[in-house]
Amino acid sequence: MTLQIENLTVYYRTLRGDVRALEDTTFQVADHEIMGLAGESGCGKTTLGHSLIILKPPMKYIKGHVALDEQELPIHDMKRMNPFRFKEISLIPQYAMNAMNPTRKIGKMTAELLGSRGVNFDAIRTELMRRLDLVNLPDSVLDMYPIELSGGMKQRMVMVLSTLLNPSLLIADEITSALDVSTQKAVAEMLVEFRNREFVNSMIVVTHDMSILYQIADSIMIMYAGQLAEKASTDVIIHSPRHPYTKLLISSLPEVGVRYTETKLQGIPGKTPLLLDPPVGCRFRDRCPISFEKCMEVPPFMEVEQDHYVACWREF
Amino acid sequence: MRSYFGRKFLIYGLTFFLAVTIDWMIPRFMPGDPITNMLANFSVSSTNSNAYAEMRAYYTQLFGLDLPLWQQYLNFWKSLFHGDLGISTSQFPTSVAAVLLRAVPYDIFLLVPGILLSWYAGNKFGAFAARSRWLDNTISPLGYILTATPYMWLGILLAWFFGIVLGIFPIAGAYSFNIVKPTLSFSFIRNLLWHWFLPFASLFLVGFGGQAIGMRNLIIYEIEADYSRYLEALGAPTRLIRKYAFRNAILPQITGLALSLGVVVAGALVTEVVFSYPGIGYQLLAAIQGQDYFLIQGCFLFIIIGVLLANFIIDITYIMIDPRTRRGMTGETA
Amino acid sequence: MKKQRNKNEFLYFALRNVKLLIGFSVILLFLITGLVGPLLAGNEPFAYVNPLGPQPPSAEYWFGTTFFGQDVFSQFAHGLQATFLVGILGGGIGTIIGILIGFVAGYRGGIVDEILNVFTNIVLVIPTLAVLLIIAAYFEVRSIFSESLFIGITAWPWAARAIRAQTFSLRTRDFVDLARMSGMKPLKIIFQEIAPNMMSYLVMTFILQFGGAILNAATLDFIGLGPTNAISLGLMMQHAVNWGALQLGHWWWFIPPGLAITAIVGALYTMNVGLDEVFNPKLRET
Repeated sequence: MTLQIENLTVYYRTLRGDVRALEDTTFQVADHEIMGLAGESGCGKTTLGHSLIILKPPMKYIKGHVALDEQELPIHDMKRMNPFRFKEISLIPQYAMNAMNPTRKIGKMTAELLGSRGVNFDAIRTELMRRLDLVNLPDSVLDMYPIELSGGMKQRMVMVLSTLLNPSLLIADEITSALDVSTQKAVAEMLVEFRNREFVNSMIVVTHDMSILYQIADSIMIMYAGQLAEKASTDVIIHSPRHPYTKLLISSLPEVGVRYTETKLQGIPGKTPLLLDPPVGCRFRDRCPISFEKCMEVPPFMEVEQDHYVACWREF
Repeated sequence: MRSYFGRKFLIYGLTFFLAVTIDWMIPRFMPGDPITNMLANFSVSSTNSNAYAEMRAYYTQLFGLDLPLWQQYLNFWKSLFHGDLGISTSQFPTSVAAVLLRAVPYDIFLLVPGILLSWYAGNKFGAFAARSRWLDNTISPLGYILTATPYMWLGILLAWFFGIVLGIFPIAGAYSFNIVKPTLSFSFIRNLLWHWFLPFASLFLVGFGGQAIGMRNLIIYEIEADYSRYLEALGAPTRLIRKYAFRNAILPQITGLALSLGVVVAGALVTEVVFSYPGIGYQLLAAIQGQDYFLIQGCFLFIIIGVLLANFIIDITYIMIDPRTRRGMTGETA
Repeated sequence: MKKQRNKNEFLYFALRNVKLLIGFSVILLFLITGLVGPLLAGNEPFAYVNPLGPQPPSAEYWFGTTFFGQDVFSQFAHGLQATFLVGILGGGIGTIIGILIGFVAGYRGGIVDEILNVFTNIVLVIPTLAVLLIIAAYFEVRSIFSESLFIGITAWPWAARAIRAQTFSLRTRDFVDLARMSGMKPLKIIFQEIAPNMMSYLVMTFILQFGGAILNAATLDFIGLGPTNAISLGLMMQHAVNWGALQLGHWWWFIPPGLAITAIVGALYTMNVGLDEVFNPKLRET
């Protein structure tokens, strides 16, 4: 088991109180697993992704444990977390287009970054070249400034950079949203390739784009309003989901393979609750067609079948 | 890069053209007859009618006021290219060019170290201020106070405190009045530096404040930038993140230096007045008070040329430092 | 509803921002001194009231008297009025010209932008003071209003550049596109859609122009090219220097005017930083 998360709760501190963006989440990611993390915007998926690597204000750690390869991660401590970053757990950020220092040559920046983490650039150079080759980047990119690269090239460069130290866990945050459809597909396939070649052990791919997940993810976890709704293998989620929200979400997609756009899920009546003062119990119950009294209590995220977790009282 | 330079040259060319045109207009559109005005202030006035008539004839011919305006304008450009800026009336019979050439070294002596050192020290300090809340809360207010201080007041304060109260620095002139002829001796240079220090200090301090503030604010923004966040997520030490932020903030600071030149020149002007320091600013004020139009024209031209040159040097530096413009990217669109 | 919340949020942060409050208090203090001071002083600024000539501050003459026995406090208070007037008028004119040019250049883009941009850069390169000196020398009789006007028409390029850049980035936003597609006239779009969205920016631009105008005016006044027949803080400093206040140690003559200018301009800058923090959540101290 690569990643084990228990009761992780993270809020956002704001003026008007705490936004309860991530509530009591417990789940696992297995070795070599590519887990897709999906949901509407504001459902807490980015919060979850970021809190695993860089949890700083206005984010606020409330409780919970995170273990990576049986080792406890001190995610609430910015300093103590540092040895794990890049080496054990890494990130391909949403802003990959602007992630590289504009005034440093990419090679030099890489060398300086590695040097600062106690890794010898020359020792890793041949491996870096090999990986650049793998993502179809010429070696000469190392001698270029980020502005000389196209968007897709920058994206691939950041992918190589983020995974260079073979982290155990990679968090890919909305990495395809800024790209055109054909590039999206290539980038997604590269992620799989990176896993197959064991550059990374397991991955969490945060996205609102189900079609990408259908292509690459082994499993998909659905979040709703800061709570986990369902996690199962990709096939199961797409073809036989059990949580009412997942069902509505999947059926609202015209057909699998077509993207849905952020925020608008017209298939589901009602609005996402405000997380400043979320409803008691299951947060989906106001919009849920099959809710009943029991839903006033928070449903546990239970394994109803082998590797199929659901948080719905109707399913237990 | 070529288009970047082309643009810059167009702006410099147009600026120079416009400045010369304004310059040409100065005596011609001042109220009253410039020649009478000028000669009224002129010491020969009516006591020596021969000299007066001679002067009058000289200036009438020089201004060519009987010629059509466009002819006057062309002639102005022509004499400009011959380096002929006319003869100063207040310092007759010295030519304006001679007066200015005598004054310019003092300006260079004052402005070049003043600008460069305040820029360097200000940026270092500003970056330093952005390090912690505590430093920020002590250095930033100081910077704001310095940059809000009118140059002449700081000059007055320094002159009063160090010159009068403590009596350690002279408060007027570029060297002691009892030195008749400047020589290249050690004692003269010492004397020169002694007189230079306070005017330099007032220019330096105000500039320092502005630069420190500018740097501090830029660094704060850069540390929030995406590339900084990425480095942080990959566990890079704060030292590296700050180093990158500084490198990226220094570029706009170079452009900022070019933009602040006008303010510094204005500052030098009044500082020279406070300390009776015989640079262009001092000459310009004297020329305005003595209605010495040729000298006003000359001062204005020299200031513009100086600022344009400085801008040009800064542009070249920017291109050499910013990889984006160096690599033929569009870069800064100033 | 969103607007209401934004407003409250602004007030919430504004009232808790130390920089904003300090800056505002200092400005208010000097403004009140400028308004009430002349009444308290009782003496005309140029009247020779003290037959003893230069005297240090006393109960009768709070800031002492000048070489000629004029009441320094009276000059100071009247000078403050002039300073605020020049700041508001000069800064206002500079901001308005800057807004007009910046909006038009940023919104129209293309050739209009090119031309205005070149023009702005030209005016930016020419040292303001040199031009101001010449304009001022041109007029034999000068008032605070003409001084403000000159300062305003030479100070706008800064504002224009900043506002152009902002307009440029707002121009491509959805709501502006929507307004354009719905057939709204450009001027209406600029003032109804773009301007309200950069109100914070405009306010900050005005504050900077305000401070700049005060400093420019002080310089002009000090050189003796300020308003004729009116007292100002810069003129006080000129008189002090010309009449040997430094050599004679009449510190009360030249310290108050410069200190007031420094304090006012410094307070304006501080307010600006405070406002920036209030408007820009990223800079807020957590």
